[in-house]
Amino acid sequence: MSKKYRVLIGKPGLDGHDRGAKVIAQALRDHGFEVIYTGIRRSPAEIAAAAVQEDVDAVGLSSLSGAHLRLFPAVVEELAKAGADDIVVVGGGVIPEDDIATLKEAGVREIFTPGATLEDVVNAFQGVCEKK
Amino acid sequence: MTEHPSYTSWTEKELAASLSRFPERYKTFYHHGGAEIPRLSVPTSIGQDYDEKIGFPGRYPFTRGVQPTMYRGRLWTMRQYAGFSTAAESNKRYRYLLDHGTTGLSVAFDLPTQIGYDSDHAMALGEVGKVGVAIDSLADMEILFEGIPLDKVSTSMTINSPAMVLFAMYVVVAQKQGVATEKIKGTIQNDILKEYVARGTYIFPPRPSLRLITDIFRWCGKNTPLFNTISISGYHIREAGSTAVQEVAFTLANGVTYVKTALEAGLELDHFARRLAFFFNASSDLLEEVAKFRAARRLWARIMKDLGANKPASWMLRFHTQTAGNTLTAQQIDNNIVRVTLQALSAVLGGTQSLHTNSRDEALSLPTEESVRTALRTQQVIAYETGVANTVDPLAGSYFIEELTDRIESEAVELMAKIDQAGGVVACIEDGFIQRQIEHSAYAYQREIESGERIIVGVNKFQVEEESRPPLLRVSPEVEAEQVDRLQQLKASRNNDQVDQCLSSLRSAAQNDGELMEPVLACVREYATLGEICDVLRQVFGEYRDRQ
Amino acid sequence: MNISNVIEGVSRRDPRSIGRAISIVENHDPGAQAILDSLDAEKIAACLVVGITGLPGAGKSTLTAQLIKEYRSQKKRIGIVAVDPSSPLSGGALLGDRVRMMNHALDRDVVIRSMATRGRLGGVCGSAGAAVRIMAQSGCEVVLIETVGVGQSEMDIVRMADLTAMVLAPGLGDDIQAMKAGLLEVADILVVNKADLRGADALVLDMESVAQQRQERQGRSTRVCSTIANQGQGVAALAQSFKEINGQFQHSGEKAQRRLQARRYEVIDWAVELIRPRIADRVAQKQGFCGDPMLLAQDILAELGVESKK
Repeated sequence: MSKKYRVLIGKPGLDGHDRGAKVIAQALRDHGFEVIYTGIRRSPAEIAAAAVQEDVDAVGLSSLSGAHLRLFPAVVEELAKAGADDIVVVGGGVIPEDDIATLKEAGVREIFTPGATLEDVVNAFQGVCEKK
Repeated sequence: MTEHPSYTSWTEKELAASLSRFPERYKTFYHHGGAEIPRLSVPTSIGQDYDEKIGFPGRYPFTRGVQPTMYRGRLWTMRQYAGFSTAAESNKRYRYLLDHGTTGLSVAFDLPTQIGYDSDHAMALGEVGKVGVAIDSLADMEILFEGIPLDKVSTSMTINSPAMVLFAMYVVVAQKQGVATEKIKGTIQNDILKEYVARGTYIFPPRPSLRLITDIFRWCGKNTPLFNTISISGYHIREAGSTAVQEVAFTLANGVTYVKTALEAGLELDHFARRLAFFFNASSDLLEEVAKFRAARRLWARIMKDLGANKPASWMLRFHTQTAGNTLTAQQIDNNIVRVTLQALSAVLGGTQSLHTNSRDEALSLPTEESVRTALRTQQVIAYETGVANTVDPLAGSYFIEELTDRIESEAVELMAKIDQAGGVVACIEDGFIQRQIEHSAYAYQREIESGERIIVGVNKFQVEEESRPPLLRVSPEVEAEQVDRLQQLKASRNNDQVDQCLSSLRSAAQNDGELMEPVLACVREYATLGEICDVLRQVFGEYRDRQ
Repeated sequence: MNISNVIEGVSRRDPRSIGRAISIVENHDPGAQAILDSLDAEKIAACLVVGITGLPGAGKSTLTAQLIKEYRSQKKRIGIVAVDPSSPLSGGALLGDRVRMMNHALDRDVVIRSMATRGRLGGVCGSAGAAVRIMAQSGCEVVLIETVGVGQSEMDIVRMADLTAMVLAPGLGDDIQAMKAGLLEVADILVVNKADLRGADALVLDMESVAQQRQERQGRSTRVCSTIANQGQGVAALAQSFKEINGQFQHSGEKAQRRLQARRYEVIDWAVELIRPRIADRVAQKQGFCGDPMLLAQDILAELGVESKK
């Protein structure tokens, strides 16, 4: 790809399982993205602030603890508050299918559930960054 | 492989003929992490020194198990990790499990509890009661064990950074039930080092965390001789993506760190060593896992002897096992029952002391009651129907298993030496050295799946269109509000002057390098909350944050 | 967001505008020139730019995070440009330095920007330089440029910064020996981090002798500091050293000299960077060419109107 896409991978909430987040960060790097990782246990406000400073094209959130319904929309709101509602938010984790519609209504563009392949995730990031 | 008399001729004749007509499925066969798997192990693949390397069960170096009769005497403890929502809900699940033949409890706490936050903390948003039960104070702990006699069950608690506080609550609940403190039995995980590496529920920096752990060793040595004071865990390291060798090396290196810290604090090695327990992962490479358990046992015995332990009980690596959560698939979830069965079998063949079997639906959500029952039944079938429990260490002497056991041990030794050279476990964690190694292994594994080199049934081969969705267990969002309500009522009804006094005694003990268990017990008895107690310690010890 | 909003936002310290401004310049997007034109030379001149470099594993990010804490306790607004290499294969990059600085995420007076080298031959001079100046424009009094100490990039940092600290740690012995002749000698401060580890004292002695040799040979002083970054020890003293050296350099004219030199390098960097795509196009057109590469390069430059033959 010619334009460099910058993305931020964040772990909101208290969940410390970052294997998935790190694997995706590495896969995105290997597909030409510049990837900023926040580390675990960050508040939605901290993640949004970092995304704004880094001026990323998209934010990817991961939560495996079941707190996604509260945390993912909170990141979307914090970005809007900072005047950065053009930064796309996508999310993944142990997310029941029933929650997907709710999250999308709240402004999360794409949701990845267990079973999504790296290719799916990378393509989705590519898609949302290109459309931006 | 060294020459075996007939090996050369077999290679030249039968093998060569076979390979020319039927090539093997792969050019090379290898374990996760790249170690090549031999086509055929032969007698010369393993050494001759039976007594020194393999020996007898219940005798150094314990390769064949920690008891002479193993499961012929007593089966492993079937211990299912459970807990969600409120204390009352979890209490119901424990009673259900006990009714169905589980022989030990294993408490899952929610993330705010594990990180020492009360349910009304800002960071607890959305997390209350989700991955475990929410415990804010002794009041919740009393409900959690209502009607469960603590002199009869053994209880394992997955709690690390605030382990002292939750353990103190457990002690007080037992005392209130009229159970003598020295009679309670069970395990607290209390393994902070792997939290920095793989699991993430740390609060304080490594040094004060290690002090808390040593304090627990000391207190339990005097007061609760049947309680395992720590469960040194490779499970989460493996879940984070490590190889089997890394799991052994990093876990035992953590174990050595705890031992050395306690020795520096003046504790007697043979006094506390017997209460160190371990916790490993049973993943899908069945034979490698069996060898891993045996290698870990032998290596720990050698390490402890070298560290100067004199009693056989101090040399024994006793461990709990859980089947590998990361191998469960969201696709065709019934396949997970088969995976869990094979993984559980590896743990039994490897000589585990207790076992948790995962439920088929755990890639999707918390397990339903029905799927938890099937998971438990899996253990029961292995125990009562297969016959594998009727002899001791049945795979010993297998050329392949013994060769693999040797390899895992020697590679783990090498990796542990590297950590030592780089300044020890704590330095390697702060540096990110250990985390990076695990990350690389995890990514390599995932790439193998994506490229099709590694086949996961139902995921990258043998897929089907799936329509029906299984029923999922969901924690109601009201739980958070209920829990916060109860917390506020508690704060209004307890003696707050007493609470403040106890907290300030705790603070001065923490500041003055005093022993902390007694002051924590005093706080707990007055219904000081977990968050209040941990905040005092945060102020004195500081907080640790993620570093890659 | 239009460019005038971005420009105005940078001066207003708006995080969104600062982030956008750096991206626009980094990507050579339309508006880059307007942003660069708008920067105030005095603000840039007043800002202290410190390069932090060193071997992997020496603890640079931890030290940088502690320096942030130190400068914030002095109520100084601070910028950090954290540079990591791009993967030569994919062109992507994992920018992980931010993890250790996330505690400051909600502090609007800590401006952090992670940057990838993007495979530029000369490192990241151009973009990082612009980022530093945009941060200065937004009121940062200190900007730290942190970069991994492998390869070419730390030489560029040395050129960019007013002064440079090289972070070392015990246990990296062979690598330090290998660096001695080159990089070590261009640093203004040698920081022995992890001073609580075995071997730290010996390393300090070793570095002091490096400093002394440099004094004798070049007549320039080099400081040696010890820190235990993960415990915050020695960090205040290090910041104080930065201040003192900066004072000396200002007084001696060294600072002005370095800034001028940095500007020259940046111009060269940009010039090469800006013409690179056109050269690459020409090279692609000449697939069949099998003569000498240098002769081809001369031909291409001539076609582009650049006289390169002697």
